[in-house]
Amino acid sequence: MASIDFVQLNKSYPNGFHAVRDLSLSIQDGEFVVLVGPSGCGKSTTLRMLAGLEEATGGEIQIAGRRVNELEPGERDLAMVFQNYALYPHMTVRDNLSFGLRMRRTPREEINRRVSEAAELLGLNELLERKPRQLSGGQRQRVAVGRAIVRQPQAFLFDEPLSNLDAKLRAHTRAELAQLHQRFRTTTVYVTHDQVEAMTLGERIVVMHQGQLQQADSPLEVYARPANRFVAGFIGSPAMNFLEGAINQAEFVATSIRYAFGLPPAKLPEQKKVTLGFRPEHLSLESSYPTIGQGRVTLVENIGSEMFVHFDLAGHALIGKFTTERRLKPGEVINLHLSPKHWHLFAADSSGTRLLSGQDIP
Amino acid sequence: MSTREPRWLTLARHLLLLFFVAISVYPVLNVLSISLRPQNRLRSTDLAIIPADWTWSNYIQLFTTQPFLTWMGNSLLVSLAVTLLGVSLATIGGYSLSRYRFAGRKGFLLSVLVTQMFPATMLMLPLYLMIARLNLINSFFGLLIFYTATALPFCLWQMKGFYDTIPTALEEAARIDGCSRWSAFRNVTLPLAVPGIVITALFSFMTAWSEYLVAAQVLQDAELFTLPLGLKSFQATMSTQWGLYAAAALLVSIPAVLIFMFLCPYLVSGLTAGSVKE
Repeated sequence: MASIDFVQLNKSYPNGFHAVRDLSLSIQDGEFVVLVGPSGCGKSTTLRMLAGLEEATGGEIQIAGRRVNELEPGERDLAMVFQNYALYPHMTVRDNLSFGLRMRRTPREEINRRVSEAAELLGLNELLERKPRQLSGGQRQRVAVGRAIVRQPQAFLFDEPLSNLDAKLRAHTRAELAQLHQRFRTTTVYVTHDQVEAMTLGERIVVMHQGQLQQADSPLEVYARPANRFVAGFIGSPAMNFLEGAINQAEFVATSIRYAFGLPPAKLPEQKKVTLGFRPEHLSLESSYPTIGQGRVTLVENIGSEMFVHFDLAGHALIGKFTTERRLKPGEVINLHLSPKHWHLFAADSSGTRLLSGQDIP
Repeated sequence: MSTREPRWLTLARHLLLLFFVAISVYPVLNVLSISLRPQNRLRSTDLAIIPADWTWSNYIQLFTTQPFLTWMGNSLLVSLAVTLLGVSLATIGGYSLSRYRFAGRKGFLLSVLVTQMFPATMLMLPLYLMIARLNLINSFFGLLIFYTATALPFCLWQMKGFYDTIPTALEEAARIDGCSRWSAFRNVTLPLAVPGIVITALFSFMTAWSEYLVAAQVLQDAELFTLPLGLKSFQATMSTQWGLYAAAALLVSIPAVLIFMFLCPYLVSGLTAGSVKE
């Protein structure tokens, strides 16, 4: 097990595409870090550079404090689980599991011991003599994980390992991966575009966008205090509501919408043009909170435990998340309120930096 | 098929197929018949495939008075050498064309393809001059070079196409598991490419086994003749020994038929590889 450091890491391609820009990140020994972002954000490229499958065009990668840029993938002592599992089709499950150890000339008894331990742990005992094509998707996934475990590497790398599984199996396997990490405490770097995986698995999540690191924090911190508008919109489902407008005295104004912060104007940001953001669960029918206007219900999505209600508020589309007790029907017009602790103000420029949040005010 | 077709259609379909089978099988049976006739009876009004007075004498003559075995040995030697060389080069060359992106790669692939567009007869004269100037007249080495050069473009494309269907993630997994690029190729990619290699080998072998034009330029000594040249030598200017010719023709095709039968399972998976994307 080891720490991993990226120092000013860059990757650009001959065609001019800059996949990763000046990425600096320190991953603690034993930490579970999730790289998350939309496709093309550079998360997979970063993982592949760490694995040694792609060359960094600038900066440094360190494992346990040692520069590894020039090392072959096999010399970095990492194990990787691929999206399509990449099991060797011509080998049995047993040979797939032991391949890495055989390549490293591990003694035979040691190989047998580790393979049977991993098979036991992952419930692969019955499958050891089968070929990958005779396995179900879930079983292949287990073999891929087993192949990583038997190696006892410095770190595990996961590249979207659950995206080929159906929803139920994905949730189950996600929980198993979390348990495996609790048991082995091996440093883990996990790449996904699925924010639920990111939130539930990561001890720290690293949000990337257009090759740049946006925020690296604990899942709850990223959720509660997104660094900028991109992170705020990317993490959370349904996505955060945004209203583009301006600050006028102690009020937020967007067309006919007004929201009183209830603060002295001096405490509000200096920028006049801002974006107001708030999560669907913080849109409230509670009349004790300041109002943001009258919304007309356009659509109700009831998922049983809760419901997502789409509103039209003076021409802006908003989504609210409510318990199912309150019956709302399309066409109904009601007063909408916003909890004074749960709004964010973002700069209206391209950075979209978070300027102030309701919770930051004592 | 869920809907059953009418009986007359099935019947018509089979009749048509039988007709074409007859067209393709008749010449072969005719050759068999000629090879079994005593002496040199090419034109016979007898319709029996096996003549009443059939004899092995043509076959026996082939092995006793004619240098048929020498020719077969020559052909086997040349064909196997071409196969070995062609497969080795195509296996490695196809891999690099599939996996590496280097300057001139596309141009190279295209120019390799262009060489296939000239008919061999057009190249006879320049070929003869080249062979003569290289002092390769009457040498198997000359044949080996030319056969390999003719077969290699197809083999390269075939192997490149086959490697393209093997996911690169497998090699990446192997490299992370501790393989070098070479051992990842040896342990993972190569075993998966066997069907492609078999097709390539078959193609190389057949190219050399049945080639006549180049052999006729290069080989002049009857001792060095390959089978197609030997066969042709029965067709003398004054009288053609049709019985020997027919017997030899059948014997020449036997190895090819055997190889096809033996490699059939590989052929099916090889020819369809790449048709379905995983």
